[in-house]
Amino acid sequence: MTTVTTSRYDDVLERYDAVLGLETHVELGTVTKLFCGCSTAFGAEPNSQVCPTCLGLPGSLPVTNGTAIDYSIKIGLALHCDIADWCRFARKNYFYPDMPKDYQTSQYDEPLCTDGYLDVTVDGETFRVEIERVHLEEDTGKSLHVGGATGRIHGATHSLVDYNRAGIPLVEIVTRPVRGTGHKAAEVARAYVTELRDILRDLGVSDVRMEQGSLRCDVNLSLMPKGATELGTRTETKNVNSLRSVEQAVRHEVERQAALLDAGERIVQETRHFHEDTGTTSPGRSKEEAQDYRYFPEPDLVPLAPPAEQVEAIRASLPEPPSVRRARFAGANGFTAVDIDQMTNAGVIDLVASTIDGGASPTKAKGWWLGYLVGRANELGEEVTELAIGPAEVVRISALEDDGSLTNKLARQVADAVLAGEGGVDEVIDAHGWKVAGEDELIAAIDAVIADNADTADKVRGGNLGAVGPLVGAVMKATGGAADAKRARELILEKLGQS
Amino acid sequence: MPAISRTDVAHLARLARISMTDAELDAMAGQLDVILGAVSRVGEVAANDIPPTSHAVPLTNVLRPDDPVPSLGAAAALAAAPAAEDGRFRVPRILDEE
Repeated sequence: MTTVTTSRYDDVLERYDAVLGLETHVELGTVTKLFCGCSTAFGAEPNSQVCPTCLGLPGSLPVTNGTAIDYSIKIGLALHCDIADWCRFARKNYFYPDMPKDYQTSQYDEPLCTDGYLDVTVDGETFRVEIERVHLEEDTGKSLHVGGATGRIHGATHSLVDYNRAGIPLVEIVTRPVRGTGHKAAEVARAYVTELRDILRDLGVSDVRMEQGSLRCDVNLSLMPKGATELGTRTETKNVNSLRSVEQAVRHEVERQAALLDAGERIVQETRHFHEDTGTTSPGRSKEEAQDYRYFPEPDLVPLAPPAEQVEAIRASLPEPPSVRRARFAGANGFTAVDIDQMTNAGVIDLVASTIDGGASPTKAKGWWLGYLVGRANELGEEVTELAIGPAEVVRISALEDDGSLTNKLARQVADAVLAGEGGVDEVIDAHGWKVAGEDELIAAIDAVIADNADTADKVRGGNLGAVGPLVGAVMKATGGAADAKRARELILEKLGQS
Repeated sequence: MPAISRTDVAHLARLARISMTDAELDAMAGQLDVILGAVSRVGEVAANDIPPTSHAVPLTNVLRPDDPVPSLGAAAALAAAPAAEDGRFRVPRILDEE
């Protein structure tokens, strides 16, 4: 994990146990909405994908999308859940204009899937995250708040609502409290969401694009002093919408709550908002004011009773889990289990695989992604999958390194230029005139460096081979990193009579 | 005293954005009162050992294929809204709730 570990976070987790809970919402990739035939395509003109049913107009009636049920059962089975043989939808009543019906059709005490688990691995240690329930509901519309300073609800004069998203099938996956993660609370949270995302993608039930909101996460967190048996008061941080943010939200809440507890204050049970720009949270509405949703069985929809044959057919069709696929990938490429964990948790395993498929060696592919580009992505505050450099570019740069056209240092300069949007690999090499220094150019640089550093050169002549390092460094500097450092060292030693 | 008054019906009609004439309000208030009266009689006989009925028809798994049908279109959808702005439904300020 490349996020900077603050000593404060580690100090807190010496004294407190963090208890995590994760609620993940995933928009299913069905063609149509859950209860009507409107399209679910992302990015359409506002309110162009609505009908009397998803607008809640009087007289309209919902009919459930069978594919959405199949997808939900698939998710439940992949998470080792029991599938209910009979369950119902329920109305969740609330007064907020993001659902035109004034209620959301959801599931309440009869979820479709229950009692599963997902194993995640961090630094070679496996944590079992228990799944309490997986249920199906409809997504809500999107509100824009107008007139406030920041687009937020406070200070707004009115709001504008787009119901294209209202009614898109949404699966909610809820964990039981996750304990015993020690110093790895934030990493386990991130690893869980990463693993879940990979499973959902492999199942083909969602495009799992966090940046488009098709996978959204709420992070519950509480602290309890080491050795305590009673759970602390928890907060729920809403809409944490990237893998990095999941980790940041946990870290931030751990540190914030510990500061309050250390000062003898109470944690307020509340919903908090996550801010992508600062990695911090701020209070939303207080849970004490949370509504009574007056759930009751949805009278407009008949119960669901998935036949056992249907459930077994879906079970038989499940793809190989990502963990098994990764083990095979490790074996084929000589990676260790720790390599695989690191690549998985950094979100680069697919990038490494594509880079190897493109012809790079496994070592080079792993080195570029895990050893360099993940760090650059963090510095840039971007997801590593969204960088301007991809597997094709890394394959090309690696090939140029392998045939001696680029030194390691030049190769990184090329990567940085591609990252900065200057163009493709060969384009930036041409534009900057980057190439490995030829033998003549190298000898000329060495002669100049020896002349400028006579004292150091004498030490080498006198047999002090440790003094050659600074001379090689000076040659590298003089050639702008274009020299082959190993060859420069050989030539310097030769010139100073030490070869 | 009726379970639902004419004023209640007028209020509900306004919330549902259904315009009703005075005659319709009178008729509906009377009919709804009869219906509510009938429902309340069920409550008198329902004992604790009788599970609540949520569906009167013995059906399960009424599903449809995942095939798209044309939507209303934004213009038609917004035509019935009390207020619209920028192709969206305009709603009053939502106070201190998010």
